[in-house]
Amino acid sequence: MNIEFRNINKSFGPVRANIDLNFSIKSGTIYGILGENGAGKSTLMKILSGFYKPDSGQILLNGKPVIIESPADAIKYGIGMLHQDPLDFPPMRIIENFIVGQKGGLIPSYKETIHEFKELQTKFGFTLDPEAYVDTLTVGERQQLEILRLLWMGANALILDEPTTGISAQQKEKLFAALRILAEQGKTIIFVSHKLEDVEILCGKVAILRKGILVGELPAPYQTDKLVEMMFGKVITLGDRNNVSQSNIVFELKNIFVEQYPMRIENVNFRLQAGEVIGLAGMEGSGQDVLLRACVGLIRPISGSVIVIGKDLTGKNYHEFMKNGVSFLPASRLEEGLVPGLTLAEHFTIAGEETKGLFIDKEYFKQKAEKMIDEYHIIGHQSSTVESLSGGNQQRAALSLLRNSLSIILLEHPTRGLDIESAIYMWGKLKERCMLGTSIFFISGDLEEILQYSDRILVFFSGHVSPPLDAVTTSLDQLGQLIGGKGWDQVFDIQENYESNAKS
Amino acid sequence: MSGDIILLGLAGVIASGAPIVIAVIGETLTERAGVINLSLNGVILLSAMLGFWVSVETNSLFLGFLAGTLVGALVATIVAFSSITLKQSQVAVGFILAITCRDLAYFLGNPIMGSQGPIMLSSSVPLLRDIPILGKILFQQSLMTYLSIILIFVAWYWIFKTRPGLMLQGIGEKPAAAFVRGANVLKMRYVYTIVGGALVGLAGPLYTLSVKPGWKGTITGLDGIGWIVLAITIFGGWNPVRAAFGAYLFAFLQWLGLVLQPYMTSIPSQVLQVAPFPLMILALLFVNLGNTEWMDRLLATLPEKMRLRAIKIIRTMQSQPPGALGTPFERQ
Ligand SMILES: Nc1ncnc2c1ncn2[C@@H]1O[C@H](COP(=O)(O)OP(=O)(O)O)[C@@H](O)[C@H]1O
Ligand SMILES: [Mg+2]
Repeated sequence: MNIEFRNINKSFGPVRANIDLNFSIKSGTIYGILGENGAGKSTLMKILSGFYKPDSGQILLNGKPVIIESPADAIKYGIGMLHQDPLDFPPMRIIENFIVGQKGGLIPSYKETIHEFKELQTKFGFTLDPEAYVDTLTVGERQQLEILRLLWMGANALILDEPTTGISAQQKEKLFAALRILAEQGKTIIFVSHKLEDVEILCGKVAILRKGILVGELPAPYQTDKLVEMMFGKVITLGDRNNVSQSNIVFELKNIFVEQYPMRIENVNFRLQAGEVIGLAGMEGSGQDVLLRACVGLIRPISGSVIVIGKDLTGKNYHEFMKNGVSFLPASRLEEGLVPGLTLAEHFTIAGEETKGLFIDKEYFKQKAEKMIDEYHIIGHQSSTVESLSGGNQQRAALSLLRNSLSIILLEHPTRGLDIESAIYMWGKLKERCMLGTSIFFISGDLEEILQYSDRILVFFSGHVSPPLDAVTTSLDQLGQLIGGKGWDQVFDIQENYESNAKS
Repeated sequence: MSGDIILLGLAGVIASGAPIVIAVIGETLTERAGVINLSLNGVILLSAMLGFWVSVETNSLFLGFLAGTLVGALVATIVAFSSITLKQSQVAVGFILAITCRDLAYFLGNPIMGSQGPIMLSSSVPLLRDIPILGKILFQQSLMTYLSIILIFVAWYWIFKTRPGLMLQGIGEKPAAAFVRGANVLKMRYVYTIVGGALVGLAGPLYTLSVKPGWKGTITGLDGIGWIVLAITIFGGWNPVRAAFGAYLFAFLQWLGLVLQPYMTSIPSQVLQVAPFPLMILALLFVNLGNTEWMDRLLATLPEKMRLRAIKIIRTMQSQPPGALGTPFERQ
């Protein structure tokens, strides 16, 4: 299906998310849409898939103007979209997710559908169990399910919005292979991403958006510099590792045993030095998140102890950890980190280290918010509610809310969903704090990020934790093997050496 | 002989559980769509009174039940309009309606206090009534009791086995995902809120025309039923069969209170009458024990095999609410 956008405009209040967009996409190609966070990619795709209506402009399918009223309408035209946050039903089984929305008689035939499902998935080398519950699947598997569902619904054009966020390397391979098969069959694939390397290896042509405007279109092969320049309007360089770790111990785990069903982690011993950055690597759900939460008192360890600057805080709650200079920035910013509905100024009010009287000095916190907005380059106003900010800005806001005098910051996916520029900025700010002696503990699914910024690395594999590996002597390849469960014997050899060294 | 008494008692539990079953299934349907209708307690009282009144005037049971259903549907429409269309707090609106309807019932019901009205008689099912034991318990009941039993299975089948039922689960779980799958989320939320409300409204006259005949104002003894229905909906994990089990459990506890009264003269009769309410709440807490941290720690001390089994049992007992329960849906 050939798709053409003509003069598409869409605003959300004062924000112009899409400005006069004009371009077309040929069937049988994989077309990339590249742009940093907030560039307007998702908005345009939601317009194409009927989720939003454009303020003005036209969409042409195979040369004919169409009006797409709803997502159901879009699928009738053969357009299916894989949303950035998976739109599926976690407590239901795969096969039920597959059936919901399908036209047909009152009582769906499971047997037949399961048969068709299996037939369809073998074409792409997927191996999902139709009876499995969706909340037991990884992000990558949920994507596979959604792709199969859209194809089964008759999608001729498939939109994928940031599909490589949060999936493993193998799943990415599988996904790309499937997309190539589909393009060969003559389907139109639109691949939305802010990741240069994904777009470069997959897409035949790419449109670059910046601040709602189409900056240009480029065919493969690409020059990375050129893409970066079009995305950001300027050339940026990656920052490097920080080597400021000092030798006094600020944090210690002793024989920790934690469990959050069905994940259990046993016998973790670890010491964190002041100013040190520790990366926790592993596939999603390998136990990193459980251990991290145990480190800040959100999950109580079943045995063992957690010691913060010489003080035993085992079994204490998060509040107690906070009082001792530990702070946690969770991945789900809006669920655990920020409070939707409150403005930035109000966030500074509740997070402030200023002594709290009964009454609030509103002006003071407004000014403080303005100052932080400036310092952290947050695009927003002190009176903006946090949910109105884009992902990158929410992350900066969360960071700016952390108190200055912290001894340890724990972060979960600090740069997930951020574009390169925001990510580098984020790390710049974190490193400033390391210089002042703050230690950092972070989880990331991005192995390069782990290698680049950590001093030492803990690798997780289904609840097993490696001894700390030195980031300088660890290669990307080695790390990739470890998170996939390979090469662990060697790691434990290292541990034995490490322990005997420690004893001697 | 005493065996017969037990069978009669159990038949009574099935009958007195019927209105609770119907109301719980109504609320389950509503909440499955993501809407909480908190007005139940008032609606049951108001429909009980009005349904009874209509039956007294017209001498028709059918019209009485119809009136109750309409009251329930009407109040549910108010809940739906203010929460779905106006996007107001469902809790606030429901709560105010619960209190208003209750006061209205007591106030408007004065003229018919103590009137004689028609009573629904039982009609036994030929052949089935002769089945030993079960026949006595299940098949010598009133039409509405049969309806309540049928409803359990129809609702269960609808939610879990049919296409619209799957979509209903989706609407309550993640409305945006249901929307991209072609659901008209707002319309379906209206439909299920009103249908659910109508069922709750049916429970009212079922009391005054059958289970506890007559309207006696504040001593009719129906105050509080609506709140317990809300608790049973949670206990039931939004599953009609489990919810019905909860409803019968509550009816059984109430019956037990009556039966034990003569033997427990030292306990004031009010205590035995009220006891089922806290007991039901305890049951609710019990099924959700797995949510507590001390439970995790307790389980951690068990041997591995036993622990895993215990965790499994606790997981199946626990009830997970629909993901989007109580949150409005907005498309840009
Ligand atoms: N539902 C919405 N309400 C208000 N603003 C929005 C909404 N969706 C997107 N925006 C704003 O529109 C801009 C473009 O967002 P989006 O299309 O999601 O960007 P991208 O997908 O490229 O990261 C951002 O500034 C974002 O804050
Ligand atoms: Mg986006």
